[in-house]
Amino acid sequence: MANVGLTGSRIRERRLDVGLRQADLAKSVGISPSYLNLIEHNRRRIAGKLLSQIAQCLEVSADQLSRGADSALLDRLRTAAADMQATVEMSRTEEMAGRYPGWSNLIAAQAHRLSSLEERVQILTDRITYDPELAGSLHEVISAVTAIRSAASILVGGETLDADWQGRFHKNIYDDSIRLAASSEALIGYLDAPDADGPAHFAPMDEVESYLSETHFHLADAEGTGPAESAALVAQAKLRSPAARALFAQYLENYQADAALMPLDAFATAARACAYDPIALAARFGAALPQVLRRLATLPSDASHPEMGLAVADASGALLFLKPIDGFAMPRAGAGCPLWPVFSAFSTPGQPIRAEARLPGANAPRFLCYAIASPFGSVGFDAPQVLRATMLVVSDQPAGIAKETHVGVACRICTRTTCLARREPTTIV
Amino acid sequence: MAKRVLLIEDEPNIIEAISFILSRDGWTVHTHENGETAMTKVRAFPPDLIILDVMLPGRSGFDILRDLRGDDETAQTPVMMLTARGQSKDRELALRLGANHFMTKPFSNAEVRDNVRALMEA
Repeated sequence: MANVGLTGSRIRERRLDVGLRQADLAKSVGISPSYLNLIEHNRRRIAGKLLSQIAQCLEVSADQLSRGADSALLDRLRTAAADMQATVEMSRTEEMAGRYPGWSNLIAAQAHRLSSLEERVQILTDRITYDPELAGSLHEVISAVTAIRSAASILVGGETLDADWQGRFHKNIYDDSIRLAASSEALIGYLDAPDADGPAHFAPMDEVESYLSETHFHLADAEGTGPAESAALVAQAKLRSPAARALFAQYLENYQADAALMPLDAFATAARACAYDPIALAARFGAALPQVLRRLATLPSDASHPEMGLAVADASGALLFLKPIDGFAMPRAGAGCPLWPVFSAFSTPGQPIRAEARLPGANAPRFLCYAIASPFGSVGFDAPQVLRATMLVVSDQPAGIAKETHVGVACRICTRTTCLARREPTTIV
Repeated sequence: MAKRVLLIEDEPNIIEAISFILSRDGWTVHTHENGETAMTKVRAFPPDLIILDVMLPGRSGFDILRDLRGDDETAQTPVMMLTARGQSKDRELALRLGANHFMTKPFSNAEVRDNVRALMEA
């Protein structure tokens, strides 16, 4: 967050950068040098016409002097320092970003790159260590090699073998060689690492969401289709793991059902007409609210609709599905902010929740959120109730539509020190 | 009377090869392919030595080894474990649970034969 109290410091830094004497600048804007000195040491507030005049003399915008560095850049720098657990002059972050925006962006970009690479290494390590598919493939290869080696050793071992045994071991070697070729091919395909800059998937849902992000979560080819076309659509997605294909098939089933109930053209027109009010759309199409929220999140991104994200969670707090949008992202497992409506909806199952979610920071994005927790699957006597919450996140909506709710991404990088939901101290000073 | 070896392994061609080698070396070899019913087979056919694969359908070789060592009838029966996973933690676990020897696939026929002989002579 930019510190508006440091406007004077920014004026001083800029004046020194352009090589202008304090007395000369004061004279240019019609104030005394001593008064400018007070301003530059943040002992006098400055705004309005005088700020504009000084900005003009210093050849910068008044906004740049009053707001300082980009708040997103400041957050990225603070996060970089926190992630590295580095001892840096946190109190001078804004000064650093303001005076050296190029270097600051480089530091932030390098920190982001480092973080991505660390995550990738962890994913690949987990994959090698725990992935049952890899373990199974290796087991298959080694078993085939063992069988071939044993049979071949018997055949060349010098012992007399009758024709029947010879025939059996020859056939075993042949069968195992076919098996070895197939399992080796599968293993090579599995280990064929993606490009260094490409995604390293681990969880099947990560793989599905990665594919959906390529289509901006709108499956144009699935509109107006049904179960008969499902297999072809799943194959078209070219997902690597069987688990990801199964999850995508489930997602597609919902998508097709939602599209059948709320055909694209009619739904898009109705959504614009009611300003994307999910309750009005549910009544108009006779759909359940979670269906409407899902359908809104799949509207084409190029059709002048507002940007909409989606999160689906179960009662354990695990995110089952996430469509992130600019400024809105949630950690996949644990460590997320529990104040998002997708989680608070579990306290009133069946009751729709509307809230204006506000992230920390003066210029941080605000989102209009609609959420509901509802029973999942069929219900029955004495059966456990399984709830799932669905939340639609809409950007660029007018303020004041819903009650403001302060949310964050995760405690470690949240500056709301007195938050009741805080689980651990912030690392941002 | 020939000594009896029970081979608990689920790969048919490995079973055939090991059975052939040990039979030619004078052992009576019985085989079993399922982890879940392995203990029943052990009780029905008390062997002098058990060759036990780790990755079996139904139940892992480690679980079976744990049962073998917890049963008075089989607590002292020599067990040689086979695995396709050569990780040191598997070897440590096998030995901690009471395995007498641990062999990593792929192994040679001579290794199998020599280790079985050594265990029976120990």
